[in-house]
Parts: sequence; C-alpha cells; structure tokens
Amino acid sequence: MSFKWLTQAREKRGAKIIHIDPRFTRTSAKADIYARLRPGTDIAFMGGMFNYILQNNLYNKDYVMNYTNAAVVVVPEYKFEDGLFSGYDPAKRKYSNDSWKYQKDASEKTVTDPTLQNPLCVLNIMKKHYSRYDVDTVCKVTGMAKEDFLNIAKTYAATAAKDKSGVIMYAMGCTQHTVGSQNVRCDAMMQLLLGNVGVPGGGVAAMRGESNVQGSTDYALLFHLIPGYLNCPKTIPGNASLAAYNETETVKTSYWVNKPKFLVSYLKAMWGPKATAENEFAYQYLPKYDATKNYSFMALFEALAKGVIKGMFAFGQNPVVGGPNTNVEAKALENLEWLVAVDLFETETSVFWKRPDVDPKTINTEVFFLPACGSYEKQGSISTSGRMAQWRWKAVEPLGKSEADLEIIHQLAVKLKAAYAKSTKPEDAPIRDLFWNYGTDPHECDIDKVAKEINGYDTNTGKQVASFGKLMDDGSTCSGNWIYSGSYPEEGKNLLQRRDNKDTKGNIGIYANWSWAWPVNRRIIYNRASADPMGNPWSKDKAVIWWVTKDSVTGEPFIDPATSKPMPGKWVGYDVPDFKPTVAPDAVDGVFTGNRPFIMRADGLGGLFANMNEGPLPEHYEPWDTPLAKNPFSSKLLNPVVKVWRKEQQGTPDKYPIVATTYRVCEHWQAGIMTRNTPWLAELFPTMFIEIGEDLASEKGIKNSDKVIVDSARGSIECYAMVTKRFKAYEIDGKAVHVIGMPWHYGYQGIAKGAIANYLTPHIGDGNTMIPEYKAFLVDVRRGG
Amino acid sequence: MAELAKYIDVTKCTGCRGCQVACKQWNGLPAVHTEFSGSYENPPKMGGDTWTKVRFFETEDNGKVRFLFRKAQCMHCTEASCAAVCAAGAITKDDKGMVVLDQNKCVGCKNCVLACPFGAVGFSAETGTSGKCRMCVDRIDNGMEPACVTTCPPGAVQIGEREEILKLAKGRVDFLKSNGVNAQIYGENELGGLHVIYVLDDKPEVYGLPVNPQAATANLFGSWVSALVGAGVLLVAPFWLIFKDSGKDVSETPDTGVSKNA
Repeated sequence: MSFKWLTQAREKRGAKIIHIDPRFTRTSAKADIYARLRPGTDIAFMGGMFNYILQNNLYNKDYVMNYTNAAVVVVPEYKFEDGLFSGYDPAKRKYSNDSWKYQKDASEKTVTDPTLQNPLCVLNIMKKHYSRYDVDTVCKVTGMAKEDFLNIAKTYAATAAKDKSGVIMYAMGCTQHTVGSQNVRCDAMMQLLLGNVGVPGGGVAAMRGESNVQGSTDYALLFHLIPGYLNCPKTIPGNASLAAYNETETVKTSYWVNKPKFLVSYLKAMWGPKATAENEFAYQYLPKYDATKNYSFMALFEALAKGVIKGMFAFGQNPVVGGPNTNVEAKALENLEWLVAVDLFETETSVFWKRPDVDPKTINTEVFFLPACGSYEKQGSISTSGRMAQWRWKAVEPLGKSEADLEIIHQLAVKLKAAYAKSTKPEDAPIRDLFWNYGTDPHECDIDKVAKEINGYDTNTGKQVASFGKLMDDGSTCSGNWIYSGSYPEEGKNLLQRRDNKDTKGNIGIYANWSWAWPVNRRIIYNRASADPMGNPWSKDKAVIWWVTKDSVTGEPFIDPATSKPMPGKWVGYDVPDFKPTVAPDAVDGVFTGNRPFIMRADGLGGLFANMNEGPLPEHYEPWDTPLAKNPFSSKLLNPVVKVWRKEQQGTPDKYPIVATTYRVCEHWQAGIMTRNTPWLAELFPTMFIEIGEDLASEKGIKNSDKVIVDSARGSIECYAMVTKRFKAYEIDGKAVHVIGMPWHYGYQGIAKGAIANYLTPHIGDGNTMIPEYKAFLVDVRRGG
Repeated sequence: MAELAKYIDVTKCTGCRGCQVACKQWNGLPAVHTEFSGSYENPPKMGGDTWTKVRFFETEDNGKVRFLFRKAQCMHCTEASCAAVCAAGAITKDDKGMVVLDQNKCVGCKNCVLACPFGAVGFSAETGTSGKCRMCVDRIDNGMEPACVTTCPPGAVQIGEREEILKLAKGRVDFLKSNGVNAQIYGENELGGLHVIYVLDDKPEVYGLPVNPQAATANLFGSWVSALVGAGVLLVAPFWLIFKDSGKDVSETPDTGVSKNA
C-alpha cells in the first residue's frame, strides 16, 4: 500500500525513488535508482554516505548547526581505535559510556563551539570517524557498484536544500541484524544532517512487519517498558520505591520532567482506588525485573530450553516458524508443562508436538487451543508507524466459538480476580486489587470503557481529561497510556473513530480530522524543526508551523486568556505545534528553549552523537555469519557488545560460502498461518522456495524448479529453486560472493505448506534490542529431490 | 451508453497480484491448486477459475536487469473471436463494448478457449463452462468500478469511457517518452479496438502480447475447418479435440523459466 503514495509523490511532485536492497525485487523494478548491497553492510554504506556529505559540505548547515549537537564539544577522554570506542570491557562485552559525554564548563553548562574549530566538536568527530568510509572501501565491503553509490549519494544529498525533503523508509531488512539498532540510527543521523526531520515529506518511516506493531510498542508488549515508553521497574536501588524511580528515571531538562504524572496516572488506571498516596500508588504491585537479565524473545527461549519456564501463552504468535532458530524454539517448547495457543488456525507452534521427525508420545506438554477472531470479527484500534491510531468496527460475526483477544483476556482477568478475591497473600494482591471495571460478564468486555481509561479521567469526578497536559501525580487522574491521552477527551468523543478525509489545513497532507495521532493529534513530530531558529518556515512550500506576533485577522497582539495581558506571540500553522505554543523563538520557558525543537531530549538537540550500547557513532561490524575473514574497517569482526549464546553454531565460509537473507512476499503475512490458510493466497505462492542467481545455479547444476537442499550451521531445509536473473554474484574485496534469498512464511500446517526458513537462521541478536539476525547468514546449496 | 475501456499501465503496476485475488473474491471463483511455478507467476495459466493474472517477465538489457509485470485478462475486443465462434450464443457484446459470457447458456464446447488470440478465456471442469473477465458489468451497472480497479494500490488499473482512457493513455505515453521511456499504447486499433488499453514501456512482445492479433471470425473459422477437412480430419470432432489447449503462459516464456506443472 505504501507504494501508492510513492507513486503519487513521483507523479505529482517529481519525487525520485531510490531502492537499496540485496535483492532485485518488485520495488526495485519500480524505483528510479536501484542499488544492491551485501546483506549486513548497511552501516558501511551509510558511513560512506556520511563521509560523502561531510567531505563535500553537502549537509544542511543552518539546520545542523542550530538543531543538532554538531557543535557540542565531547570530553577529551573520548577515543575510537581499531573498531572500539573508549570504555570497552572485553570480559563483560560491555562499554562504560563515561568517555562519551559532553564537556561541561565551570557552571555545568554544556560546552559548544559554533566555529567548529575544536576537533572534539561532534561534527568533527563524526567527520573523522567516517573519513575511513571512503568510496572504494565502502564498495569493496558492500559490493555496490561505485557509480551506483555516487549516484545515490548525489541524489539523496540534494534533499539538504531548504525547499526539498526526503524520507527514509526501512523495514526488517534494516533492523534484523546484530547491528540493527545502529542501522536505524544511521537513518536518523542522515535525516538530521540533511534537515529532514520535523518537515513535511521527511522523517524516518518504519515499514512495520504488521499493521499494529506501533500499537504493540506503544502499549509495551516489551519486557523493558510499561505503556507510553516508561521504563519497566528493575531490581535496582534506584527503582526500589516510587520516589526513587521518579528520581532515577526522570530527565528534568526535557518534557520527560512530567514522567511522574504519567506513571502515577498509569498506576491509578491499573489499581484504581487501591492505588493511594499511602501505598506509593501501588507502585510495588508492578513486577520488577532482574536488571542483570534479558527477557526478550531469544532470552526467553534460552530460558525455556533450560527448563526455567513452565507455562506459556502464545497469543497470535507462531515462534516455531517465526523464531530465529526453529530447532531451538520447537525443542524448547517440549519443556513446557502447559501451552495456551490463541490463534485463527492451528499454528505450527500449537502442534509443535507433531512436527516432522518427532514422536508425540515423548512430549508431555498439555496444550490448550483457543480459537481467536480475525480483525474483521471484532472491534478495536490499530496504530500505524505514523502514530495514527484508527478504530475498526466489527464487519462480520465471529466464526464458530472464536473470540476476540480482548474477550479472552477479560475472561481470564475476571476468573483470576474471583480466584484471588479472598487471598491475603501479598503476592496475590496485584491481581486481587486489579482495577477491572470493564463489566462482569465474562464474555462481554466493555471496550469503550477501556478506550476511555486509556485516555484517562479525573478519578474523583469521572470526567475525561482533555490531554496528558492535565495528568497529575497526586492520584487525582488516571490514564492507561499517557501518549494516548487526548484520544477520548470528552464523553462520547472517541477521536480514533473520526473519518473525515478532507485535508483542510495547508497542502502537506495533514488530514487532521481523520482518526487521531499521538501525541495530541500531532501529525509531524518535532515540527518546530520545520521553521528556522527565528520561527519562519525554511521554505514556503514546506511550512508546517511558524511563529506570529500578531493576530493575522485583527492585526492586534494576542491576549493571554489567563492574565488578559498581551502575549509576545504564538506558534500557528497546519499541524499541532510540537512545542509549547507560547514560547517565542528567542525565549526560554521551563524545559523549553525557543530554538531547540527536540523537546524529548535533555538538550533539545538532535543527536548526531548519541549513546547506544555499542558506541556513540555507528560502526560497521560483520554479521555473526560472515563471508569475510577480516573486517576492512577494523580488526573487530563482530559487534563487540552482542550476546553470544551458541558459539558452536556459527557458520564459516569454508563450509557455508553463500550469503542468505530471508524476506516476506506481499502475498503472505508473517509466519503465514492466516495467508497460508487462505486458498486464494495459497494459490499465488504455494510453497517454499529460494531465489538463486543463474550464475550460482549453473555452478551447482541447479535448474529452475529443481528441488534443492539448503544447509547452514544450524539446520537444513529442502525446497524449490527459483532461478532468476535478479540475483548475481557480488564482488566483495575482489572475491565473488553469492547471495540467495528465501521467504520465511512457510511451515507444516495449513493449505500452503513448505520448509521453515528459520531452521537455518542463527540465535543471535542486536546489541541493543536483541532483534534476531534473520537477514544475513551463511549457507550452502545443493541439488535435492 | 458510451463505450468503456480499462486502462492498464504496466509502468505503475508493482506486480502485487491484488487484482488476481480481488477478481476471484468478487466473482466467487475458487482457488486453483497450484504447485511451485518457477516464477512469481501462478496459476500457470488463465482458466475457468482464473480470469485475470499478472504475468511476470525477466529481461536483461546491457547488463541491466528488468522485472516486468503485466495484468492479463480478456481484452473485450471489438472483433471478438470468442463471440464469433460460440456455439451456443452465450457470448454477447453489450452497448458499453464489453464482451460478456453467460455461463447459464454456455455448453462447454471450448471453442472460445481456442479462438481467443490472448489466451484469456478458460474452461472450468467443475462447472463445465468457460469463464473469462466480465469487466464486472454487475458492479459497473451499480455505479462501482471493477474489483481489480478498486483494489489496485498504485492506480495502475483504471476504468472510464474509452475516449477518455485513450486520452489518459496518450498523455501518459507522452510523459514517459519525454522521460526517455520507449512507451507505447496497445489496444487502440488491434482487433477493431480493444476495450483494454495498455500503456507499455517496451514492445508488446516483451510483455507477451501478440504484435498483430488476428480474429477468428466465423469466416476465418470456416476456412480453418475446410483446411482441416482437406487434411482428412473429421468435421464432427469438436475443436477442443483438434487443437490442444494452448494458452501462452509461463511455460512458453523463456525468460521466466519453465514451470514443472504447466
């Protein structure tokens, strides 16, 4: 669907579409410029782009100097040598970031040098760091043709012009690497360098793996967060009490200064009247996780493999197909005493006990299968990566005994609460006291009440709050998720249900009355950056908000309704200002500095230099399975901070010389259980295959449609070969390196069946998020059948 | 009513095959059991249960790979061979230029399947009748667009009065030419004028389209029959026994590889 808008941008505004992908795809076929890179070399490519832009002075100087930390001076202890930043502890595979700090003067003010004379200025550090990413080295590592690289660099750098913008769209091809987070950080840095953040047509656009990924992170389906991107409490002294948490977790120089209000309102939504000032608003009812442990997907399955976990709910999830290593995941499930699988169809996970080559008699897990509704059989909301939350109504009645996820959870909550109602054990209190006022009928959850509570209301009057600006830390308000506060500001006004498709403000595609976007219906986040430091749009065509000192109709100064006195002016425009609307460009008001747009950051500046686990600047490391013996940028092959679980399962090029990558096709969805059971879609791509270049196929004696066996250090699969002109050997450091691609949608259940790609992929993940490295690994291919 | 036409712009098609599914959904057509086809293209052939599909082609010009997509379907020819050879009078042309097959009248002789120069008519063993695109005349009569038009994300498929569609296509061809693309229209004059107008960015044969399609009019058909009689073939044999089903699909497209089951 997104291609619809790309097509329109090209038709109406002369946009150029640049596609960078290891594979020549349907998108490549429609791009103005296509270039390929070897899987796992995004940072090499982006580092090359930074170098080209900085060496040729092509960045947006006014934007970079005013709105980013380019001029900030870093402490002299900062070092980067041979692939490692200062502060690395090889035994722990961890950094101390003490040497990645800003210099402070005697009055604790950050030191800046707008003349950029100081070599420790962020921009100079960046320039030096990426000077190593010269075109020849970049092309040697990525396999990209030099003329393609230069063409892209020139074309994209042109978006630095004040009247131009460019958007970077990325998806799992970017994130699913041991350096996935840094790949995405490269995108953000690029957009800052070119002045493409906070402007119409700019930004970093995540093409989500499914329609509600944004919703799942907003509502914290993640171990380290609670809803609204608040850190989940840990077993550290700084989180031992509500007061300690607020002290530790609140950044006092940004808008996050309000965090205690968001947290207390959340606790009030969770435990209602049982959350009082006397009991820290039930803060101790929140589970606290072991700060030394990781509870992400792979860590959970490693724990499961050790028998630590006894029971599991798989809600719309199919880890046997979708997990990073099917052998590990499927085997680990055998340790469960019980498994509850909730899905539309029988998933591979729900019948892991009858997977091929396994004797069901040897598995003792009790499996419960709960049939779930499809999205058309229930109502609720989804959130897009544009932060737009849209209500959906039920279109058809559910099939059979299937129920909506919300109803399933509601039944569970109602029954659990009944079971613990009389318990006096402290560990049962969080459930006993859980505030669950969505109705007592186990089969009828009042979803409207859920939506109202998410927005939040006054706990004394029950009146909806207008927005998160009204949330309090004294227990007088509740809100299930502060970023969604404002979505249901008045009784009967669920703004997610709006469907007005008229674009009434400006001509930049705001559509302010179509559903609702967090925060407070703002469509372009950090839009203060669309105007120059003095508050004027960078260009007329790209105006979003701007500063005015007089009412455009009356010509009179604005009057402050609270004091009846004239105000210096206000921010007006087509979008909701992402700024305090009365703070003048040259004023400072609380956490707001008039010319610093990035209000959620402690210094209000975009971070070209920003701390991540593996350093303040992205650096190229090879994937866990790499075809190279040496990283041309340093002696460090692998990201120095990734956790290695299964050292023996590393693929090496002597045995597995071919690079492989997995992907999706638009005809199938995720682990495939919904699309593989839809006959019309099964017909389109009925079974598992690999895409393999004509050159490699002929080398291996493989003809189109032959059966092939693909082996990796983890496992082996058999499937069909699609021999194609769209794959060709890369020249990497003077050597031919072949790349094959394969979809990961298939499994042994449903109508369209096929080998599971993830038998081949490694159990290793990114250094910050632990997202698995599905997108770059080594295999060998031989004829099968 | 003015004649209508469908616009198919291969330069905008992303090969997503949403049209293939939307067609089956609206027309209640069952899925075909397919196997791996060796390409993105599947089912391998048009058929009684598959009235439209996207054809995929791979070419290489001066080392530059191209991946081409074309939505194939009934062209709603002015000189419609299928109507001319229909034994049961089941195929008629309406006042909008649409060639519509009435499956209640179809006797399953398969003459239309053989006669179609585009391989766009198929036969369903289950219903015993032929099937092809009806241009969603039921939707059009109710003020809606054909299902494939509604579903196409990039707007590569559109519907309108034929004159307007030709103008749209010519404008698009001019635009593409000014951008150095070897663009051309297909369907303006072929077979008396098709009611599917393609915008192509290469020669028709690159997209698997016949350069100079010939109508199997009743007369022409008669002469084929005479020739067959002359060759000693029994006149009474139905055409589908004489000619083997010869849809020009995956199996004959050298660049997409050979399908094992086509």
